[in-house]
Order: sequence, then structure tokens, then C-alpha cells
Amino acid sequence: MKLYCLSGHPTLPCNVLKFKSTTIMLDCGLDTTSVLNFLPLPLVHSPRLSKLPGWVSKDGTVNLEKKELLDLSTIDVILISNYHCMMALPYITEHTGFTGTVYATEPTLQIGRLLMEELVNFMERVPKAQSATCWKNKEIQRMLPGPLKDAVEVWTWKRCYSMQEVNSALSKVQLVGYSQKVELFGAVQVSPLSSGYSLGSSNWIIQSHHEKVAYVSGSSLLTTHPQPMDQSSLKNSDVLILTGLTQMPTANPDGMLGDFCSNLAMTIRAGGNVLVPCYSSGVIYDLLECLYQFIESASLGTTPFYFISPVANSSLEFSQIFAEWLCHNKQSKVYLPEPPFPHAELIQTNKLKHYPSIHGDFSSEFRQPCVVFTGHPSLRFGDVVHFMELWGKSSLNTIIFTEPDFSYLDALAPYQPLAMKCVYCPIDTRLNFHQVSKLLKEVQPLHVVCPEQYTQPPPSQSHRSDLMLELQPPPMPYRRCSVLSLPFRRRYERIHLLPELANSLVPSEIKPGISVATVSAVLHSKDNKHTLQSVPKPPPVPPTKKRKRVIEEPPEVLAPKPLLSGAVPLEAFLATLHKHGITEVKVEETADGHILHLQAEDTLIQLEEDGTHIVCDNNEPLRTTLRDLVLRFLQKL
Amino acid sequence: MPEIKVTPLGAGQDVGRSCILVSIGGKNIMLDCGMHMGYNDDRRFPDFSYITQNGRLTEFLDCVIISHFHLDHCGALPYMSEMVGYDGPIYMTHPTKAICPILLEDFRKITVDKKGETNFFTSQMIKDCMKKVIPLNLHQTVQVDDELEIKAYYAGHVLGAAMVHIKVGSESVVYTGDYNMTPDRHLGAAWIDKCRPDILISESTYATTIRDSKRCRERDFLKKVHETIERGGKVLIPVFALGRAQELCILLETFWERMNLKAPIYFSTGLTEKANHYYKLFITWTNQKIRKTFVQRNMFEFKHIKAFDRSYADNPGPMVVFATPGMLHAGQSLQIFKKWAGNEKNMVIMPGYCVQGTIGHKILNGQRKLEMEGRATLDVKLQVEYMSFSAHADAKGIMQLIRMAEPRNMLLVHGEAAKMEFLKGKIEQEFNINCYMPANGETETVTTNPSVPVDISLNLLKREMALGGPLPDTKKPRTMHGTLIMKENSLRLVSPEQALKELGLNEHQLRFTCRVQLQDPHSDSDTLHRIYTHLKSVLKGYTIQHLPDSTVMVESIVIKLSSSAEDPNTKVLLLSWSYQDEDLGSFLSTLLKKGLPSGLC
Repeated sequence: MKLYCLSGHPTLPCNVLKFKSTTIMLDCGLDTTSVLNFLPLPLVHSPRLSKLPGWVSKDGTVNLEKKELLDLSTIDVILISNYHCMMALPYITEHTGFTGTVYATEPTLQIGRLLMEELVNFMERVPKAQSATCWKNKEIQRMLPGPLKDAVEVWTWKRCYSMQEVNSALSKVQLVGYSQKVELFGAVQVSPLSSGYSLGSSNWIIQSHHEKVAYVSGSSLLTTHPQPMDQSSLKNSDVLILTGLTQMPTANPDGMLGDFCSNLAMTIRAGGNVLVPCYSSGVIYDLLECLYQFIESASLGTTPFYFISPVANSSLEFSQIFAEWLCHNKQSKVYLPEPPFPHAELIQTNKLKHYPSIHGDFSSEFRQPCVVFTGHPSLRFGDVVHFMELWGKSSLNTIIFTEPDFSYLDALAPYQPLAMKCVYCPIDTRLNFHQVSKLLKEVQPLHVVCPEQYTQPPPSQSHRSDLMLELQPPPMPYRRCSVLSLPFRRRYERIHLLPELANSLVPSEIKPGISVATVSAVLHSKDNKHTLQSVPKPPPVPPTKKRKRVIEEPPEVLAPKPLLSGAVPLEAFLATLHKHGITEVKVEETADGHILHLQAEDTLIQLEEDGTHIVCDNNEPLRTTLRDLVLRFLQKL
Repeated sequence: MPEIKVTPLGAGQDVGRSCILVSIGGKNIMLDCGMHMGYNDDRRFPDFSYITQNGRLTEFLDCVIISHFHLDHCGALPYMSEMVGYDGPIYMTHPTKAICPILLEDFRKITVDKKGETNFFTSQMIKDCMKKVIPLNLHQTVQVDDELEIKAYYAGHVLGAAMVHIKVGSESVVYTGDYNMTPDRHLGAAWIDKCRPDILISESTYATTIRDSKRCRERDFLKKVHETIERGGKVLIPVFALGRAQELCILLETFWERMNLKAPIYFSTGLTEKANHYYKLFITWTNQKIRKTFVQRNMFEFKHIKAFDRSYADNPGPMVVFATPGMLHAGQSLQIFKKWAGNEKNMVIMPGYCVQGTIGHKILNGQRKLEMEGRATLDVKLQVEYMSFSAHADAKGIMQLIRMAEPRNMLLVHGEAAKMEFLKGKIEQEFNINCYMPANGETETVTTNPSVPVDISLNLLKREMALGGPLPDTKKPRTMHGTLIMKENSLRLVSPEQALKELGLNEHQLRFTCRVQLQDPHSDSDTLHRIYTHLKSVLKGYTIQHLPDSTVMVESIVIKLSSSAEDPNTKVLLLSWSYQDEDLGSFLSTLLKKGLPSGLC
């Protein structure tokens, strides 16, 4: 059993597990941090940005964390844990010869589709006059200014996929529900469990009858909108692969939410605008819910809230229809029936408005001061670029970063000098080190596998030994491109005895509480399922003239006798011989046992502790009788 | 032999008060807990005293599963759980859990507030009962306890309707509830995987019907409605608030839109808006088309259909009214019916099945004079039309489901005896499986023949599979030998050698040695070679070796040669074999005693 690690990014994992005869890819996250190396894609031509020195021409590419560690066309299935971890799916399914199935929950599929659609839309609506690729050449790359010159493996950076590729990739998704057991080729069973991080987010159990691997990715124990994490089903795993811990181990999400609200209120009161660069699904639901409760008390009732994204409407609508995937409180609202998220009310009362882009209705309806939620959090593309240009020059305005995926300083770099205030409130609800060590104590996996980043404190806080995993036995770390052999000793496999065979078995008790039975059966293996059935009786020999020949046929090669165990007690054996008319027995003691000389029959029987030797010439009936008498005293295995 | 027992307390050769008890692998499960629309007395509810004479049911039932929110499937639930007494888990899907209490409350109001019955369950009881409900998701495997697991499949009959697969060990039962095998305007078709249950318990409402295409039925329906409207008549469509109502609303809504019709369409009771809201929030349970377009256009926001007020019934001019309940046995639909029955211009369209005893059933059977309360009679002059829109599988659909699930036995409920009998014959003929149709209170016992799961040592399995080769010969199957160790609750199959080792037993070697005299006037080495050649020709497929130390080995049997001192032509063969090679050893000694054939070189 092996684990191939294709991504070194701990929250955007991509691992491949070879388990029994199946090849399973666990997530395929898309690391888009490389876009920070590019200039922002403005919606409106910006002379300032195009004159900035020291940056390469815009290219709109993304980094795909994969390497030719193994042939991707051999992958049987891909298991997706949440919609953030599937963004590289088209790269895997479309151009590698992949012919397998992708498993994901319904919310993961629907929201993942929206996020991909948004990404493609952001890229495609600003067509690029030229695209450069020559710089990826090592010789040229070396001459480029930092940090680009130090970027590794730029040749793996790829252009963004098209909508057609997205649709084709997503058509390979098979929907699954929590705790649904999915059989893969009869050999392995996989099952998604609620992970509490986002709508439809899941951890996965990959198991056979005797081995269990738990894949934990992006889980949360905080009470936000999704169904709570299912912890108990992770118990008793042999190996637990741990990824997707919080990227902000020192930031408390609740505190950050408070900061978010107070900074927002402060800016609005001062007459400024608030810009929130965010993804169009996920934390934004919680932000809106928090604001819903906050608006009245902070007398923001008249401030317009705008959510601008090509998928804004869909995201808000979809969030309301996944009752099954929500926390208990929200489920009970649906039973009333009321929409589970309060943003329905914000929309109804016109406090929250959503637009596909800044063009069209938005430009005429837009009032300031206002709050704008829009993407992309990297500030390199999407409508957010426009707002940065629009609002960046005034110190009245504030940008509040809530997504933890990008360094906000790097994100802001091309916009410097910047007058606008900048607040960093990263909200990452995923497990922190304290929660995870408690969880691991609870579920007790035999071995833990995790990205190497989790085995040491973060480089910026090297003294914080509490910001790492400390376990006994120590976790097995992986880094990008490593191949781990998982510590498994498979010893047993499940097999079914057909009822006819099971009924024919004759168990005998060998020791108290332990019985054995010899099984002679025919093995049938089909689709990795094994059954044993009784040996079919040989068809009756047709009475032909050549009958004599038939008897002389040698016995079947494939019928060995059972092993024997025990010992033959001398006295009892002699008594039995006597009963069968063999009376003239001369017993001779030897070092290891006795030799019995059956004088009338001229036959020797050598009895020892662990063996019996019958020497008998020319008397087949006698030999078989003696054989059967000896067998009476022995156990057959 | 393990067996599964099925006892219907309701819906056995009948439609109404569905309630089926299943005993499987030592677990007792109640499937549905419904009321009968045709009765107003004790027969309204299933006879729970069958389970126990005295008191609570908790210790007799491991779980209760409700298939969908129709009252003939859940109407007795609060009575059972709160008045008879049951505190165990009750499973139903999310939409059912949401809608069921509303219908129960409606039912309670009609019975207690309008008819003035006492000794009925209260609103609080409905609430308490619903607290015991655990919601089920589709395809989720729910572990009721360590042994009992259940899994829900989409049934398509109404919003949230589910079929359930119940499994204990390797025995299993599928209960379909009510289902529909053809997708309609708002729901998808029922689906189940090839789960090969021991028993498939299926509804059989339309056991003998094979319905014409849905399109024809819809066209017919629209034509009838349209004609009545054109001649200024009123159309009454008795429906249940949720289910067919939405289907027909969508149908009329699109028709009105297309034909640009002006006659008003009303929907009775305040439940409409609420009902439509449920459909919006549970959109994932509707069909693919509605799910795909819901962001742009929600199918459950109707432009032409308005809320009904009681006074509208006397308005002149044509109109279409959807009124509850669906079988004309009480409530608003019955009131409107009484008002409109006298006018032959009007029409009542019964879009679903009507239980015996209801007015709906009577008028469908052609009764034109109805006895009402207080000895009044009602002349039925309006046109009565029946159009099967209730989303039940027809005979074709039932057969289709059997093909999908491949059950070992079939059991029919929720249908009329005569029709069941017909379907039973068809099933037995086509699938060659047993088909049962127990009446209420009758127990059907089915013996199962489960295989025994065992853990086989991987070494043994791999060795065996390697020996068997990639394409085992089916005519000459290989026999595998192993030792089954039964210890506590574990069953392990290992190789005999490993069994000896594990059990700490010593092996006992049983050997045989046999001398055979042979007349063969050749030199020792020639004789040995002749033996070798002879055995080679007789024993095909065996490993035979001629070793330099003047021995021949057949598999592990050693044959040594020495010539007798007196007569060099008399050779003495010493055969030695262990008990494991007994068959071959015995064969060889007999063979060699006969001497060597003269033709050998």
C-alpha cells in the first residue's frame, strides 16, 4: 500500500493512494498562489498598471501541483472532500487519459461548478492580446527579476481551463451522500463522512474488511452552517491521512468575525466604502449571517451591501436548498418552512443586492458608501481589481481580507502606494493544532500521515512548539513528490462459504472454545469477491466396455490428504489391534517410542511421539486397515 | 435455517393503514404506520395489540420506518408512539419529516375539531412523536444498531418518498412504500440498485393496470378541463395538498399560459403557499429539469393559480378548483362537491386512487345517489371523470423494479386481493420466484440461505489463486484445502500448516513403506529406467524424476531399487510415502505389483 504525494500544499492536497488493487486519488486542489506573480487583470484598461515596471506581461495562468510521479490515466477514482479541493479536476480528467469516476457530494459538485465557472468567467472576459510562454524556458527565467526567477517548475504552470473542459470534467462526477457505502471493484469500500467545514464537505473512509484508511481533509469543529463533523466513524483506522488544517493557527475565527464587523461599521460611519475580497461560497454565508444580526444594532440599516460575482445569484440560491447538509438549527428552519440562511431576508428587504458584474445594472444602481463582496481574493482578477483602482486612493475606504489563502501583503503589492485602509481578518474555521490533537486522541489511529509542514512549527514562529503535531508514534511526514509506503500488514481477506458447504463442515473441538474443521472446497473469485463452494461430485462413470481401464486411471493430482496431529497411545492402540483380530504383537521399546512387530502378518509399525511408520509388504487390505486404525487416534487438519 | 417473517397489520390485500412488521435476523422492524381513510372507528388504525397485548411497543420493535408523508402511511404514528407507547427510533426522509407533522395536524383538526371525536392524539403528541424522528438521507447507510442497517432510495411517488433496504448480516429486505417508475413533471423515477434482497415488499395499487403513455393522459385531462370551462362549467379536482396537486398545477399553469386562458384556477386551504415553499426548499428531491433551472425560474411559483376562498364556490362562471382532501371523504373538497354535484355542466376529476368507503370511491363506481349524514341524499348529476395521475407504479413498473433489484422472493401489499392474485401469477411465471400476498394479521415466513462470511488467510488465498491460474478450468475445478478455526466469534480459514502452528499442535507424520518384488531381467539401472518410462506414460501430469542415487520420485513418493542377493532378476522396490500422498502411494504399489509391460524399452 503506497501513498503518492502530488501536492506539497497542506490545504490544497492531491494524494494518490494505492490500496489493494485500486488507485484512488484523494482531492485535486489547485494552488493558485502563483497568480501573485502576475499583474492584475483589470476590467477597464488601466494605464497605471500597464506602466508598472518589473512585472512580466499578464498571462493569467495557474499552477497545477502535479508531477509525473505516476501515470494519471491509471487512476480509478477521485474522491473529493470539498469544493475548494477540486479546482484542478479538469486538468486531471481531461488531458491525462483518465477514464475513472469522480465521487463527490451534491453540494460539493454544485458549488464547485460555480467556483470553476466564476474562475473561467474572470479569465475569459478579459481576453489577452498576447500570451507569453518563452519566459518559462529555464535560461530566460534565470534572468527574470525575483521572485519569479526563484519560482520552481514554472513549466507546470498552466493556462486556465475552459468552460467546456469544466463541463466535461464534472460530467464524470458521481454523487454520493454522507455514510453512503460505495464499492470499488468489490475490493474496497469508500464512504464520505461529514467534515463540518463547508456545505457537503467530507472526510473519507477507505476500507476493506480488514484495513481502514481515514482521509481527513478540511474539517471543522466550530458551529457554522454545515452539518457537524462526524468523528466517531473515523475511529479504529490503521492509517489516518491528515490534511487541511487551519492556515491561521493563531487567529480565532470568532474574534476575527468581531474585528470584521467593527472595522466595517467604523468605515461606513466615517463615510467610506468597504471592500471584501472573497470566494463566492463558504465563509461569505457566515459573514452575511453575522451582518444580518449586526446591521440593526450598528444602525447600518440603510447601507447597501453588494455581492458581485458571475455566480452570486446561483451561490445564494443554492445555499438555501441543501437542507440535508446543514447544521441542525438550519434544518429545523427548513421544516417550518423557512429559508435556512437569513440572506434570503436581506435580499427580500433589498439590503443585499447581487450582480453578475460591475457592468449593467450595478453601475446605475450603485450607491456609496457601501459594502462590496467580490472576488477574486488574490486581487489579480475579477471585479475586485476594479474596486481596488476605484477606492484605493482614498483613506476613507477599507479593504478587509477574510480569506486566508493569499498573503495580503503580496496581494496588495501591485496597488502600492495605497491610501485605503487595510484590515486583515482571516477567517479559517478548519481544525487547529489543539483541536486536532484532541481529535486524534479520541479516534486513535495506528499511524498518522501528514504534510511535513505540520511536523514543525511555522517558520515565522519557530518557538511555538504548540503549532505542530506531536504524536506517539510520530506522524509520517510527506512532501511534494514523496512516495510513502504505508505500514500495513494485510493478513486476511473476506471470503464467503456457500450455505451447502457450510452445512457440510464437521467441526471438532481441539481445545476448550476452539474448534476446527477441515475445508475442502472450490474457490471462485469474481470481481474481487471470493466464495467457496462444495467440491462437485464427479459425474458417474458411464458403464462402458473399457471399464477396467477406467479403474486403473491414476488418482487426481489435486487431492492431498489433511495434515495429522496428536499421538498414538500404545496401550489403546494395542487394544484396538486386538479387537480387530491382530493378537500376535511383539512390542519393542526404542529411544523414541516403540516398534510393534505384527508377527502373523510380518508387518512393522513404528510408533513415535510425532510420527507413525507402517512397513507392510504385499498386503494392501491389511495396510489400509492399519492406516484407518491409526487415523482414529489422530486429529485431521 | 434462518428465516424472515413478514406480517402486515394493514395494507395486507388492502389499500390503507399501511403497517408491515418484518422480523429479520432477530430484529423487528415496523414499516409505515398509517391510517385507513375508509373507516372512522377502531379499524382506522392498525391493530397494535398483535405485537403485544399489554402496553408499550418499545421493547418489541428495533425501529420504525416511514416511507412517505401520505396519511395512509404515517397517520397512525402519533397514536402508536404516544398513546400505545414507543420510544425507539423512527426514520423518515427530511421532506417527510418536514411535511408529515403538518398533515397529521390537519388530520387531527378534522377529526377532533370538526367531527368532535375525543380520545384522539393531540398537537403536543404530534410534536413529541416527531422528536423521535431521525432524518434519513438518500443512499446513506444508517446503522440502527451494530447489526441492523437501513438505506433509503428515491421512490418518486411524492416529495421525499423513499424505498428502504433493510439489512442484517447477509439477509435483507426491501420495502418500496409507494413508488413511481416513470418521471413526471416535478418528480423523478424510482431507482434501486441490484441489491438482491431476500424479499422485495412492493405496493401493488395498480397491479393489473398498464397505463397508456403519460402524454395521452395529460392531453385527455386538459381537454376535459378545457371543454368544461368552455361551456361555462366548474371543475373540481379533489387532491391531497402535497403531491399530485403540484403536478397538476404545473400542468394547468403551462396550459393556461400557452392557451392564454382567463378562467380562474384556485387552490383550496392555506397549505398551498406553504406546500410550494417546501417544494422550493427541497428542490433537490424533484426531477432533474426543475433542479437545473430553479435559479432562473422556480416551477413552484404559479402565476395563474390563486388561493381559494369558501365564498368563491358560489361565484358564477367557469373555474377550476383544487380542493383537499383527495378522496372526497371530508373537508373542503366534499363541501364544494355537494354544492356543485347537482349541475350536469360541472365536472369532478378524480386524479388518484380512492379507498373503499369514501365518496370518491362510490361515485367512481357509478353511484348516482349518495346517502349523506342525516339521511339526506345527494343526486350526482355532474360528470365524474377518473384519471390516474397518482404516481404509483403500474404492472409494467412493478416488473421493472423486480428486474432492477433481483429479489429472491416477492411479497405484495397495498393493493386489492383480486388484482394482486393476477400480478402474483405473472411474477411467478416471468421471474420464477415465489410471490406472497399475506392478508392483514397473516404471517409469511421465508427461509433464507445466507452464506457464511469467513476470514481467509491472505497467504492461502494468494497461493490458491496463483495455482488456479488466471482462467481456472470450470470442468475440472481445483479443490482447495484449508482448516477453519472457530474461536470465540471469529471464523478464520488458514492453511493446515498454519493452523497447526497457531494452535500449538505438533504434526504427526504417518508414513508407509511397502516392498514390491519385480521380475525383470535387466540390470538395476535399466530396470529403474524402465520403471521411470512406464510411470511417465501412465501418470500424465505428475512430476516424475529419475534421481542419480538410483531412485525414482513421483511427486514426493520415493521408489528405491535393489536386486535380491539370490536372484539378480528379482528386483525389490521399496516404496515410501506419507499419508498426504496416500491415494497416489496406494495406486503406485498396486500398479508396480503387476510388473512392467514387456513392450518397454
